[in-house]
Amino acid sequence: MNRITKIMAIIALAMTVPQGCSNNSNDGTAAKKGGAINKSSAAEKVYVAPGEYDEFYAFMSGGFSGQISVYGLPSGRLLKVVPVFSVDGEKGYGFNEETKPLLETTHGFIPWDDAHHPELSQTNGKPDGKYIFINGNNTPRVARIDLTTFETAEIIELPNAGGNHSSPFTTENSEYVVAGTRFSVPIPQTDMSIAEYKGKFKGSLSFISVDPEHGHMDIDFQVLMPGYDYDLAHGGKGKSHGWMFFTTYNTEESHTLKEVNASQNDKDYIAAINWKKAQEYIQQGKFKEMDSEYLINRYDENKHMAESIKKNKVRVLDPTECPGVVYFLPTPKSPHGVDVDPTGSYIIGNGKLNANLTVHSFDKMIQAIENESFAGEAYGIPVLNFEDVVAGTVESGGLGPLHTEFDGQGNAYTTFFISSEVVKWKLGTWEVLDRIPTYYSVGHLMIPGGDSKEPWGKYMVALNKITKDRYLPTGPELAHSAQLYDITGDKMELILDFPTIGEPHYAQAIAADLIVPNSKKIYSLEENTHPHATKSESETRVEKNGNEVHIYMTTIRSHFAPDNVEGIEVGDKVYFHVTNLEQDWDVPHGFSVMGAQTAELLIMPGQTETLLWEPKKPGVIPFYCTDFCSALHQEMQGYLRVSAKGQAPAVTATTGE
Amino acid sequence: MKKLTTIAALALLMVVAACGGGGTEERKTVKTPDVVAHEKAIKEEKAPPIDPMTSKGIGPVSEVVLGETIDQGMVEEGKALFDKNCAACHKTDKKYIGPAPKDILERRTPEWVMNMIINPTEMVQKDPLAKQVLAESNGAIMADQNITEDQARKILEYFRTL
Repeated sequence: MNRITKIMAIIALAMTVPQGCSNNSNDGTAAKKGGAINKSSAAEKVYVAPGEYDEFYAFMSGGFSGQISVYGLPSGRLLKVVPVFSVDGEKGYGFNEETKPLLETTHGFIPWDDAHHPELSQTNGKPDGKYIFINGNNTPRVARIDLTTFETAEIIELPNAGGNHSSPFTTENSEYVVAGTRFSVPIPQTDMSIAEYKGKFKGSLSFISVDPEHGHMDIDFQVLMPGYDYDLAHGGKGKSHGWMFFTTYNTEESHTLKEVNASQNDKDYIAAINWKKAQEYIQQGKFKEMDSEYLINRYDENKHMAESIKKNKVRVLDPTECPGVVYFLPTPKSPHGVDVDPTGSYIIGNGKLNANLTVHSFDKMIQAIENESFAGEAYGIPVLNFEDVVAGTVESGGLGPLHTEFDGQGNAYTTFFISSEVVKWKLGTWEVLDRIPTYYSVGHLMIPGGDSKEPWGKYMVALNKITKDRYLPTGPELAHSAQLYDITGDKMELILDFPTIGEPHYAQAIAADLIVPNSKKIYSLEENTHPHATKSESETRVEKNGNEVHIYMTTIRSHFAPDNVEGIEVGDKVYFHVTNLEQDWDVPHGFSVMGAQTAELLIMPGQTETLLWEPKKPGVIPFYCTDFCSALHQEMQGYLRVSAKGQAPAVTATTGE
Repeated sequence: MKKLTTIAALALLMVVAACGGGGTEERKTVKTPDVVAHEKAIKEEKAPPIDPMTSKGIGPVSEVVLGETIDQGMVEEGKALFDKNCAACHKTDKKYIGPAPKDILERRTPEWVMNMIINPTEMVQKDPLAKQVLAESNGAIMADQNITEDQARKILEYFRTL
């Protein structure tokens, strides 16, 4: 009997197991949403057990949140949100005195932007884990984030620009990151009739140099272009290193109802820029120096403070005076993404109003240029013959192709916005190998290292524009969705679906071991050169000069020094310069004061930050630590006495008295 | 009967294998340091010493030889290090957030003192004497200020002068 029971149990178990790993659950929700996945196998692939690290860092643009969010792959766990173009009360970014200069522009302080394309710095065409760059679309800027600290280190403003969309794509050794104008504008800016757009508005393509040692950015030169919309870009690699490719649309140069008017031409262009040739012209002095104001805002890690440097001039190249710098490759129809394969041989233009993909050959392009086989010119820029440069066409059957990435094994993956799918195809034969739906309306896609010479062709992430029913509803506004696919097999396999912050417009990912060893744990107190640093509790003090009060304060678990301050008056401008004396990893202290019209400070070990507070009413005002620091965190607090104007007692600052 | 059991078991095995997502690439996983430390701790046997004048605490320092005379150069450096890294919580001659270091070598071994300075996080969690001090300080943990062994030795020399 016992034995039979055992057999029955085993058989019963054997029968139930297949159901557990069947393609569709019986409740029908997965089937309804098309999430037909092998659940147990997918779960195994994305499960990173407690106590294990992810294999990749993924950097997702926040889109209209203006920030970068950092996720682990394959788990989809959110690791950090790095504030870049938008103020962030959580970290005091853009609220404390030290980071305010990062958001300064020639338009004044700008607390928000729309950030689209994160791009990792590269060495020899491979992501090196030093920096990640990202564009600010609205008020044209490019930011550099230091990947030892995961903090914004620099933001450069772009003059002569409108809508910095085709940015900040890199060259093989990050000699340059580029920026192009999605919106052409009068250059130099002037008050003129919009209807005079055609022929008078211009585009500009900026080549931003990146200092190899410090990463400091500056504009090396700009190429002045016809008034088209410059949409995306990618650098040449390998044999095409030295070239940068930009897509254009609105070659119609319309200024209104572009939905219709910018979609008239059968072909627009990919602009191929020979930046090495441009460098030669610069060396020969064949540039114009244009009066153009812009700011470079740099954060100094030892000073813990950003500074704005004002620039007044920019070097501009006119392609009609610099032959050999710019060529146009005709590409159907309003091409959006322009992507260069890992070998640098093929330039893929995704005509968003076309069903097929156009692949240009770099070799054929060079041949056509050497043969001077031109179809004509546009504003003095040679236009190559489509037939001379095209290598092949991918007949995809999809609708609305946008972007392509590569797996390093001879395959390309292209997103189709309208038909909500990713199509895998083969470079060279142009045959379609596989296709898989996304949920929904995919824009960019990302393979770790997928736009570099050596992709880690293991995962692919679809970055979707529409979420609808993918997650529990949260009212009218929904987090955008990202989907992770395993691309190691012949068939792509959906293995994870996760919401993101803002819009995951584009993303980049890198093997974790290129980042982890360099990740900073603390800032050395020794190296802190902040002009208002207080490096020991014995130096804490209050200095009052007229209505300006400077409080030099320190934090260590779990007290502020001083924690009782008297002598402040209504109408004073009170600066708290708070230094965190801790020298241990993951022991930040927070600092917040009742009535502060800024935000908290969040001070990393060894760092100094400054909060400006302007008390409005007399009374005794508490302040406290906001970041749970120890068992005595709740005790980490203090008082400020605020007197009416002219009524304050002598200034005192005490701790434990 | 036995044969049947085997067949059934085999069937189960095949089903499970088919379902295990075989054939895909292995994923690299790296254990986080806390997991590594925990696994190591489980293996190691603990025999907590109790006598404060013989206990050396937990940390890298196992033997300190104190010179017969006090090294003034080290004292100066040790004082500077103490003022910068420790003075926010320790007054030399009276209890503040933590205990005073005055006459510490009459209460503890030099090795224990150095290990406490270098390795406070582990000490307050595992060392019975350090745990006791933590309790006396209302649970105010000692901050790890990333002090090197060489720096801790100089601080110790400074303590000898208090």
